[in-house]
Amino acid sequence: MTPLKPLAGLDPQHLLNKKSTYCNPHSFVDVDRLSLHYGEKSAFRDVTLSINKGCITALVGPSGCGKTSFLTCLNRLTDLTAGCHVSGRIMIGTIDVLAHGTNVIQLRRRIGMIFQKPNPFPLSIRRNLEFPLREHGMRDRAQLGTAIETSLRDVGLWDEVKDRLDSPALALSGGQQQRLCIARSLALSPEMLLMDEPCSALDPLSSGVVEDLIISLRGRYTILIVTHNLAQARRISDYAALFWVQNGAGQLVEAGPATQIFEEPRDPLTIAYVNGMRG
Amino acid sequence: MIKTVSRLQNPREWLAFIFVWGTAGFVTATFCWLLGDILWHGLSHISWTFLTAPPENAGRRGGIGPILVSTALILGVCLAVSLPIGIGTAVLLAEFTSNQNLFGRMTRRSLDVLAGVPSIVFGLFGNVFFCKTLGLGFSILSGGLTLACMVLPILIRSTEEGFRAVPASYRLSAAALGLSHTTTLVHLLLPAAIPGLLVGLVLGVGRAIAETAALIFTSGYVDRMPESLLDSGRALSIHIFDLSMNVSGGDANAYASALVLVVLLLLINGTASWLATYGLHRKIVTV
Ligand SMILES: Nc1ncnc2c1ncn2[C@@H]1O[C@H](COP(=O)(O)OP(=O)(O)O)[C@@H](O)[C@H]1O
Ligand SMILES: [Mg+2]
Repeated sequence: MTPLKPLAGLDPQHLLNKKSTYCNPHSFVDVDRLSLHYGEKSAFRDVTLSINKGCITALVGPSGCGKTSFLTCLNRLTDLTAGCHVSGRIMIGTIDVLAHGTNVIQLRRRIGMIFQKPNPFPLSIRRNLEFPLREHGMRDRAQLGTAIETSLRDVGLWDEVKDRLDSPALALSGGQQQRLCIARSLALSPEMLLMDEPCSALDPLSSGVVEDLIISLRGRYTILIVTHNLAQARRISDYAALFWVQNGAGQLVEAGPATQIFEEPRDPLTIAYVNGMRG
Repeated sequence: MIKTVSRLQNPREWLAFIFVWGTAGFVTATFCWLLGDILWHGLSHISWTFLTAPPENAGRRGGIGPILVSTALILGVCLAVSLPIGIGTAVLLAEFTSNQNLFGRMTRRSLDVLAGVPSIVFGLFGNVFFCKTLGLGFSILSGGLTLACMVLPILIRSTEEGFRAVPASYRLSAAALGLSHTTTLVHLLLPAAIPGLLVGLVLGVGRAIAETAALIFTSGYVDRMPESLLDSGRALSIHIFDLSMNVSGGDANAYASALVLVVLLLLINGTASWLATYGLHRKIVTV
């Protein structure tokens, strides 16, 4: 396990207090009886969940229980998949996500997404950040320069790449690419970040760096992160939710404060999952 | 090394070895022989005058100046028409119709059939439609348009493959950043699909520049310098055909013209692969 570098040496209680000072217990996302089908096949069913503003919520569960599918509902990336049908209701702030008139471009600008495999565009580092900004209407060179520097500093990449902003992004290491992707999302000043196993394609060292980065974003952004690494979920999350396949479709088994899910789970499945992974 | 030796102890492996190397050698040798023959007979006739002067005495003497110009014009018309239509159709097929879509399936099937239609059929179609129905007569325009019809199926299908070869992650990450479909298409997918487009272009232009049957009935035989696109013009391949089949004593100039044609083909191929690996790719990756 990679130790939690900046907070190493602090006792768990201190850690919890630290978490709660950043995190504001007001719901930002309200998901109501959400179901998703790919054609005939149901991916998950009847999920009702609230996600609090400024907190890190971890989504855990075995493969195929619909975690990725759940994330893609929140930014309507589901629109890109033919045959994908979503029902239920999602409110993010005041936006009714699934409503027909919703401006999807604006929605996605406000809700960034980080994928499992780092996916920078085959452009230079600078263009990776500049291109989305320009498309969203930022044309001024100085303004673009500042936005690029700020977002690269936010992900701790500025000192590593400031001398080679014009070299190809694909020449960066996996961990650097993933941080560049996070910077690319942050540059658009989103309110929320959806992260789909952002560390699982990285080596342990880079994974630790990205994990620390995610912790540093707490409070400024509402973060929903899918992770297979229960130890990581325990280290970083304020809230957690467990998905499980039941009757052929993913369902939400238990959700609540991370301490409750990981220390005193109530549902037998959660107990088994948390203990199984612990052993 | 050890592995190779032990493999070749098996007689069946020997047979396969001989077959594979034999056929590869045969193909290469045939090409070398062809090229050598053309070089041997043609090279001594190549000169600046040959490339620029008009043909004399039905092509037995003089050069191929007007013929090169006509060929370039025909090719120009063909590209000017087929590139935009080709890219547009490829985008429609790859980005806006799914594999199950009936319209998409029908279009793809028709294109695959069209790609295999003999060029003489295109020639007769061009003659009826462009020369007669549209009243363009025997002209460079008719020839170029006919070639465009012939080249389009190959160009569309390979450009479409180029689009499909772009990783799905580009589309997803672009959409997740709130980029519109059009922006993604123009700035990300099109540059990434360019290698496929170039392959189609090389195959298409290669077929077009070497075409005889489709041009005989559309752009005609006239070997004068064309004055407009509505003039008839003789393409290089037709010139070669004519010299070697209909003009006794035209062999020397036929060889020289064939050499020019082969060199043009090699140049086009070389430029395209250079563009694919260095020029355009660099540009996409770093700018
Ligand atoms: N594009 C798709 N088309 C059809 N089925 C899909 C698609 N994406 C995911 N699925 C199915 O939906 C279920 C949930 O998948 P996913 O959301 O990727 O789960 P997880 O991220 O928890 O591993 C799986 O059974 C998977 O096979
Ligand atoms: Mg997943």
